[in-house]
Amino acid sequence: MNEAAPDVSRRLALGVLACAPAPDLADCVRALGELPRFTWLRQPETGLVMLRARIGGNGARFNLGEASVTRCTLRLADGSIGVGTVRGRNPRHAEHVAICDALLQHPEYAGRVQAQVIDVLVRAEQARHARRSVQVSASKVDFFTLVRGED
Amino acid sequence: MYVAVKGGERAIAQSVDLVARARRGDPAVPELSVEQIRQQMRLAVARVMTEGSLYDEDLAALAIKQAAGDLVEAIFLLRAYRTTLKRLGDSVPLDTANMRLERRISSAFKDLPGGQVLGPTYDYTQRLLDFALMADAAVTEDPAAEASAGPIVAPRVTDLLAGEGLLETSARAEGDPDPSDLTREPLQLPADRATRLQNLARGDEGYLLALGYSTQRGYGTTHPFAAEIRFGAVALELFIDELGFAVKIGEVDLTECQLITDFEGSAEAAPQFTRGYGLAFGHSERKAMAMALVDRALRAGEFGEDTDLPANNEEFVLAHSDNVEASGFVQHLKLPHYVDFQTNLELLRRLRAQWDASNAGATGDEEPAA
Amino acid sequence: MNTATELDLAHMLPGFADPVHDAQRGFRCVLDALSRPGRLFDMTVDVTPPPGLAPAQCAALLTLADCDTPVWLEPGLRDAAAGHYLRFHCGCPLAADFADAHFVVLAGLGALPQRSALKLGDPCYPDRSATVLVEVPELEHGGPIRLRGPGIADVQAISVGGWTARTTAFLHENRAAFPLGVDLLLSCGGRLMGLPRTTIVEV
Repeated sequence: MNEAAPDVSRRLALGVLACAPAPDLADCVRALGELPRFTWLRQPETGLVMLRARIGGNGARFNLGEASVTRCTLRLADGSIGVGTVRGRNPRHAEHVAICDALLQHPEYAGRVQAQVIDVLVRAEQARHARRSVQVSASKVDFFTLVRGED
Repeated sequence: MYVAVKGGERAIAQSVDLVARARRGDPAVPELSVEQIRQQMRLAVARVMTEGSLYDEDLAALAIKQAAGDLVEAIFLLRAYRTTLKRLGDSVPLDTANMRLERRISSAFKDLPGGQVLGPTYDYTQRLLDFALMADAAVTEDPAAEASAGPIVAPRVTDLLAGEGLLETSARAEGDPDPSDLTREPLQLPADRATRLQNLARGDEGYLLALGYSTQRGYGTTHPFAAEIRFGAVALELFIDELGFAVKIGEVDLTECQLITDFEGSAEAAPQFTRGYGLAFGHSERKAMAMALVDRALRAGEFGEDTDLPANNEEFVLAHSDNVEASGFVQHLKLPHYVDFQTNLELLRRLRAQWDASNAGATGDEEPAA
Repeated sequence: MNTATELDLAHMLPGFADPVHDAQRGFRCVLDALSRPGRLFDMTVDVTPPPGLAPAQCAALLTLADCDTPVWLEPGLRDAAAGHYLRFHCGCPLAADFADAHFVVLAGLGALPQRSALKLGDPCYPDRSATVLVEVPELEHGGPIRLRGPGIADVQAISVGGWTARTTAFLHENRAAFPLGVDLLLSCGGRLMGLPRTTIVEV
């Protein structure tokens, strides 16, 4: 693969969009109001991705098993391309990711989408993780080794 | 020999209807939803995803509902479904070191950077039936979240141990080649470790458990420690050709087990800990541990250990691990074999007649003349 | 193999309008063509192919090619619209060598490589061989080329534009090596004709 520096913010935004609960993302997209029209380059389609892992966590790669994945690609009238790829089989989720991705390339919409979708979803994700982290942390334990009184 | 039979269409349709009725049970009792199964039978969902070799909680839950809780049948349903979908690509290797931990323990090291996190487990309690669950259980309140609380992430114990040089390192072949894929190419023996691990990941939990257990009971020469067992969410990343870079497309819950076994060393290799590895979808500790035991057992030859025990026999272990294949071949005995049986019956009748005839003759010859 | 440049999506043509049913129709057409060698079939699926791919070739590739099947395209097409089209819609890698290709796309019979350069399968798995898609300027029933073999009741006569003695020799050699060998799919615009390795060719 070429090592051209990937568009870091696009990469992060796509990750946030893909990991967001689909209904939350749908609410955010709806709240954006009227959106520009787009044409499908690839309509949402569900397929499989083979999940690779590494032996011992960091050794040679092996095939663990597959996951269902849904993807789509669309193009706005101004030529902005949106790509949506999400784990699972929800075509609307993939579509919403692609729309937001395209709008983030579109100078007129980028700011609004960042503020009303990405930032909102990031905060929700942080809150979700924090809540869970508190619950799980409560089960941290220190085991004590008891000294055997041999002498 | 398999012979087609005709007829019985109405009876079969009726049988299918009876399956549906039996599945539903008493209509006066509320029907289970797929979402209920997904959330409240999460360990069954994890097993069906792991052995069905398809990470999709909704489909696994649906399969469990359709199979009325028969997990091997649910696994079969998932395997059948996956054949209808096209392959979009291979993921970036899952990075279990960056797991958002739900549980992480070590039975070998007491004091771990990142700590021992019990998470959801019944390891330290008695297995008593909880009759409170007979009634609707009350929901416990979520604790208030502290804004500062971030996800729990900790390095893998084996990576920490590797620093001391006492642990076998995980070798990567030159160029990190693509692993072979059992869903594309049939199993060929001898199989490399990556292929074996794919086979074991898909393998039947009960079978691997029994094999792993056999190595502990004496049909094996190793005594492992659980260097680490961790369970949590791992980012799933896929290279997207349209973008030219990899993006996170979601998360998967994984259970990882690293077993370590001491190795006395040989002329070429210094004494060190060797490793067995297990990885499974969802919260599947028993599976991941059994897999790690069998992985290590199949490596016996690498370390010059005895290889004559059942769990060391690669062909035996790998050829019989798949419960979809095993269940199919065992259960096909239920299907009509009328012609085969008729052939055997004819043959047996003839043999019996011959035996009777020669036996009667023999008896006659030996009868003492009185 | 996937070292190619970033996909040009700005000029990307659409693939199948109705992926599932179009692929089923495309598959039926290819199946018919390979089952009835020498007979012409209309590839009834509408696609707008990128330059360098004929309509029937394009529909056959959208139907058959995927991430497990490297496709060989003429070097000049790989980083052009055709290469980007196949990478995007089929997800297939583009093969640099004939030996890696599951599908080989040629613009004429004159471009047929040495048979030994192609993937011919192995005795355990003769199916692990290449399918060669060749666009020809003329493809008709009746003519100087006579076909016999499985899927042909008696004799099927055809005429094919660009056919030379070298084509005949290639196919004789291909037939002689059965079960190893390649299968040919000839196309002319939207029409398709199969010449599988089982077919006996006489000119």
